[in-house]
Amino acid sequence: MFPARFDYHRATTVDDALRLLGEHPGAKLLAGGHSLIPMMKLRLAMPEVLIDVGRVSELKGIEREEGKIYVGALTTHAELAASEVLAAHCPILAEAASKIADPAVRNKGTIGGNVAHADPASDLPAVLVATGAVIHLKGRRQRQVKAADFFTGLLATDLGEDEILTRIEIPDLHGRSGHAGSAYLKYEHPASGYAICGAAAVVKKNADGTCAAASLALNGVSATPFDAARVCRELIGAPLDDAVIRQAVNDHLHVGDPLSDVYASGLYRAELAKVYGRRALRLARDRAR
Amino acid sequence: MAVQIRVEVNGTTYEREVEPRLLLVHWLRDELGLTGTNVGCETSLCGACTVLVDGRAVKSCTQLAVQADGSSITTIEGLQQNGELHPLQQAFWDQHGLQCGYCTPGMILAAADLLAQNPRPSEAEIRAALKGNVCRCTGYHNIVKAVRQAAEQMGGG
Amino acid sequence: MGVIGSSIKRREDPALITGRGRYTDDLSLPGMLHAVIVRSPHAHARIVSIDAAAARAAEGVVAVYDGRDLVPGGEIKGVPTGWLLPDLKVPVHPLLAVDRVRYVGDGVAVVVAESRYAARDAADLVEVEYEPLPAVVDPAKATADGAPRIHDEAPENVAFDWQLGDREKTDAAFAAATKVARLKLRNNRLIPHAVEPRACLADYDPTSGELTLRMTSQNPHVHRLLMHLASMGLPEHKMRIIAPEVGGGFGSKIHHYPDEAITAWCAINLKRPVKWTATRSEANLTDAHGRDHATTAELALDDGGRILGLRVETYAAMGAYLSTFAASVPTYLYGTLLSGQYDIPAIHVHVYGVFTNTTPVDAYRGAGRPEATFVVERLMDAAAEVCGLDPAAIRRRNFVPPEKFPYPTQVALEYDSGNYEPALDKALELAGYDALREAQKAARDDPKKPLIGIGLSSYIEACGLAPSQVVGALGAQAGLWESAKIRVQPSGSVTVYTGSSAHGQGHHTTFAQIVADKLGIDPEQVEVVHGDTEKVQFGMGTYGSRSAAVGGSAIATATDKVVAKARKIAAHLLEAAEEDVVFDPAADGGPAFHVRGVPDKRQGWGDVVLQAYLAHNYPDDLEPGLEETSFYNPSNFVYPFGTHVAVVEIDRETGEVRLARYVAVDDCGNQINPMIVAGQVHGGIAQGVGQALWEQAVYDDSGQLVTGTLLDYAVPRAHNLPSFETDHTVTPCPHNPLGVKGIGEAGTIASPAAVVNAVVDALKPYGVNHLDMPITPEKVWRAIHLKGAL
Repeated sequence: MFPARFDYHRATTVDDALRLLGEHPGAKLLAGGHSLIPMMKLRLAMPEVLIDVGRVSELKGIEREEGKIYVGALTTHAELAASEVLAAHCPILAEAASKIADPAVRNKGTIGGNVAHADPASDLPAVLVATGAVIHLKGRRQRQVKAADFFTGLLATDLGEDEILTRIEIPDLHGRSGHAGSAYLKYEHPASGYAICGAAAVVKKNADGTCAAASLALNGVSATPFDAARVCRELIGAPLDDAVIRQAVNDHLHVGDPLSDVYASGLYRAELAKVYGRRALRLARDRAR
Repeated sequence: MAVQIRVEVNGTTYEREVEPRLLLVHWLRDELGLTGTNVGCETSLCGACTVLVDGRAVKSCTQLAVQADGSSITTIEGLQQNGELHPLQQAFWDQHGLQCGYCTPGMILAAADLLAQNPRPSEAEIRAALKGNVCRCTGYHNIVKAVRQAAEQMGGG
Repeated sequence: MGVIGSSIKRREDPALITGRGRYTDDLSLPGMLHAVIVRSPHAHARIVSIDAAAARAAEGVVAVYDGRDLVPGGEIKGVPTGWLLPDLKVPVHPLLAVDRVRYVGDGVAVVVAESRYAARDAADLVEVEYEPLPAVVDPAKATADGAPRIHDEAPENVAFDWQLGDREKTDAAFAAATKVARLKLRNNRLIPHAVEPRACLADYDPTSGELTLRMTSQNPHVHRLLMHLASMGLPEHKMRIIAPEVGGGFGSKIHHYPDEAITAWCAINLKRPVKWTATRSEANLTDAHGRDHATTAELALDDGGRILGLRVETYAAMGAYLSTFAASVPTYLYGTLLSGQYDIPAIHVHVYGVFTNTTPVDAYRGAGRPEATFVVERLMDAAAEVCGLDPAAIRRRNFVPPEKFPYPTQVALEYDSGNYEPALDKALELAGYDALREAQKAARDDPKKPLIGIGLSSYIEACGLAPSQVVGALGAQAGLWESAKIRVQPSGSVTVYTGSSAHGQGHHTTFAQIVADKLGIDPEQVEVVHGDTEKVQFGMGTYGSRSAAVGGSAIATATDKVVAKARKIAAHLLEAAEEDVVFDPAADGGPAFHVRGVPDKRQGWGDVVLQAYLAHNYPDDLEPGLEETSFYNPSNFVYPFGTHVAVVEIDRETGEVRLARYVAVDDCGNQINPMIVAGQVHGGIAQGVGQALWEQAVYDDSGQLVTGTLLDYAVPRAHNLPSFETDHTVTPCPHNPLGVKGIGEAGTIASPAAVVNAVVDALKPYGVNHLDMPITPEKVWRAIHLKGAL
């Protein structure tokens, strides 16, 4: 309940934060603090230097331009959940954000902090993978990483120690190429509220009702978001009735090395992945136009 | 390395030096003497420390005091207006929405945020909005009734 | 309706809803220091060395002590246990471990510093070298050959071996039985998790030699006595213990722990106030846990479903040391309740209390009675299945009939009163039982619908602890009466001093109602004082659903004494014989004495009270003043009962369980404040549902508590409970002046069995006959899809 001592620096701009990062190797960035401060209270994290980027205005806001949505890293979960832009163009991100923890946590926790922390039971990573989001990073140079490549392991990402996650680029799901359906379903741990299994699905239909495109990614079941691409390949061109979805999931959704803990075994999580994956695909299908 | 902060709490502006690692809840309790805000866990999951920061419910155990610099905070001590109980305070009293009272300040402030966002919540919405606040005494039954009463009195209903 | 029986709003609330309630950690004193206790990370280890040099040198640190510092003379004065059984093994429980640690969380050193942060920083600098030893955490394995020995005093790890009932008669009943229901049950270990962690603030005045200890206590006088015995060497009259606002207890704040004594010792030694507040992780590691039983239970029946006998064998974990009431919980608060609401002609129960390398186990809301109810009510459902009867029908068939009261059970209790069938009927009606069964059938046949399960729990509890002679004979090291003092001020206002120390139960309100009702005055004229050993004469505290039945009875009795004295004064003023004067609290024009049959010949209550203090016109043989004390010792336990109905819905694909409805019909006798009664029921239900579905203190084999924070230990939250449907019947207690019973624990006692019965009921088509608590979705899923295979 009592964090260890650290030096505190408040950055005013991204470049200022990058300069501070350069001056203080090993420093941690503080955004909303809802991933970092809980660890610091238990002294599971004891950074010597904190760089507070919470007031860097260029990291805030949700914007839409040219068929893409750009979400600033400091956007809170509550802002995601309430965003009209997201409701109209990427509702699955708002839906998932509304299921994170509880309202007070959502009021402070940020998408950037959440994604950089890369908790496998967190809600947003699978949504970013399923929507084909791109993570924008800035260090000595700017670079962009596909969400599917960003999460590299348990609590591990491609984010360099000298980089800042600046924003997240998400395709417009309701753009000119049609109105994709999307859904995030979650089975939450009764204590922590984290996902035992979260399923993010995006489905695009052809005019005849067959599947034009689909993606499905899962949280909570593996160290990084589980990309069920094989299931989705099976669905393309197929009629999207329940039986087809069931068959594709049963045949092709196999979580290799599922997470396991005292609450839910790997065997069970692998089964949950199928059930929730199936349900999320069905719901996304129903929402597609 | 102390940091200067300026925070409005319950209408009074405080300018203080704080150690960066000081949690907001400790600043409120130990430095300002506002002990109505309680600490019930250390994993940001019980909600006893909930306060309003710039009008929104926040777990004050999961924020550093330095992060609150420039903000406006309402704690349970600041909820009454002109000596009148806030409708939520009145409703918790009327409906027996508290027993030991330890979770109550956080619960009331979490409910205040809910009603500000959604003046006519259903029972399911009330329960979902309070999921981050643990009460071990009431089984939540009368807390839900209290929030409904307050919603009605505040004109949502 | 009088003041008793009305749902007046709580008088404690205005402070609590405005943030003005003062809990222990809210308090500060000039010069105050902060203590942090360094705890063992090992479940079982030898302490090789403790090096505190770096910690002592750290900024802001005033002192660091270890176990040897606390026993300078070499004699370890340990934490005492308060209930003895024959041949009970009582190992020494030092305030800080001296050579060995026996559970994760066992204290090894204390750091005292100028701030909390400094104390916490320095705690990291205390270097303790341990030599780990093998540990045992499962009570069913603790007595096995080769299990690590936890205490030299208990070679087989057995603290006690206890039996109750008639073994031969029970064996004969089983020999005669045509049907037997048998279950192996694990009653899961629980963490009380009062939202306020334990805390204390010790202040020692070296000039007077007085210690004032403000602490999170359910029973300040008991804590004072135990502190005196434990460790302090201070006489009771030099110790003042104050319980400020207490943020819930549920049993966890009954017990005497080392921590408060360590803090007091530091304050005495350093001659400065010292505060200690547990972090949540620390509270979860050190607050006495509850339950943790491994049980085999069998019910013998005849063809008609009538019970012939009950046989129970239980291994009950004590944890690493014997906590305050540890030995009583799985014995006299458990074995004695195994007759349930039923007329059972033969019962035998055998309990082994065993040490494990875990947090000590003690009374937690319900204490023994939820465990007993779980055994009995699970068996009743299993018996219904074996006998092909509806769960309601088999209960009805075996209830102790109303004409059989007072009913002596085969396990040492005499039920004073009871009328079980009306409560069952009311619960079934409220639930719409027949319609629920129809809906269940329809859902079973439609694979798109969730499975529905309906579970009953017809519970009884013995509470209102307790007749002192009885508990004394059974091993209690204390009497369990309660005291009350009623002081009537000259102006007529009343102060009540009660030994029942509240922590959320609403004593300020209900106790004022008792006095106001009896005296015919406004409850606002009555102030209730509790929770301070210097203000209150003595008291045994609040637990065991005893506050209304014992504490309230003491208040009623003391109030009667006040009226009796006032009557003498009134008789003098009325120039009438005392026996001809009656008191009418509800008289027109206010409470008054009058001559029997002559209402106009009256003396108002206020005038009589004033005269008690003026003593101008006064009986010669009467002392002035109007203040009376009662030490009320109940003649029996009280026996609340009721039937609860849980309705669950189960997702067939994932095993997720949703509590759809919960119906509770309780009989706690007369109700002083129905609003508060209902509130107690709600909270109790939630805690019991928590046990059934979510809560469990899980230890791994090395003795690490793996569900030690709210990240893993799932307490019930608003979104996973429904609103409850409650009602009641009224069967007054025949032996106390208010006709009241207890209600604080009823919900927790009844609900685990109701919920588990509902889940098992839903899973009947899958051949499931039992699932252990907490019933996680995975257990249900395995039961459905893997035939329960692990």
